[in-house]
Amino acid sequence: MSAVSVQTDDIDVAAELAALEALGGGGVASFTGIVRGDEDVVALELEHHPGMTVPQIEGIVAQAMARWPLLGARVIHRVGKLDTGARIVFVGTAARHRTAALEACAFLIDWLKVAAPFWKKTHHADGRHSWVEARAADSAKAEQWRA
Amino acid sequence: MLDILYFAWVREMIGKDGERLPRPDPQSSVAALVATLAERGNGYAAALGDPARLRAALDQQFVPLETTIGDARELALFPPVTGG
Repeated sequence: MSAVSVQTDDIDVAAELAALEALGGGGVASFTGIVRGDEDVVALELEHHPGMTVPQIEGIVAQAMARWPLLGARVIHRVGKLDTGARIVFVGTAARHRTAALEACAFLIDWLKVAAPFWKKTHHADGRHSWVEARAADSAKAEQWRA
Repeated sequence: MLDILYFAWVREMIGKDGERLPRPDPQSSVAALVATLAERGNGYAAALGDPARLRAALDQQFVPLETTIGDARELALFPPVTGG
């Protein structure tokens, strides 16, 4: 079981975890990304390439399913304007044992950050806005999974 | 025809989210087309003048800027991605 969603709606983490728990494995791992209120950031705005996002994430999920014995993987990424404290991304994995679930979850969020066509813009308290710059550290983290 | 899509600050600087161009020579590269567009000046020069800051997708697959356009129908130009 794997599923990918890109949506403006909030993420029902409890429902997603319950669905993964119901797959009959011994462990579920998850990562939830939250909009940080760094400095005077009041909101993030997420733009994406609509035709490309879901297939691109499905490709990353397929790699995870091939590499680890997963019973399920779920990725939800929100787009649009998100206030500080809002959920922005959810990755959940289910497996018979913890190592596969934990490693695949980390792999998915690391690759999601560098290989899916999303762009973040920060909105500041004074009305200013700026586009988030890609971080070399994020690319290096994803590349570590090639080893 | 080739549909060009612009995202993030590339879109904001050019002032539109895309346009349709006559099909370029299939042998020409994304980089060559970007250079031609940058010559239009103003927002185009600001958005596309420094190709090192750009990334591209041809028919919804990420490609290096040196890639030839071939028979692709869609070219997307954007900054490095920042999702997650």
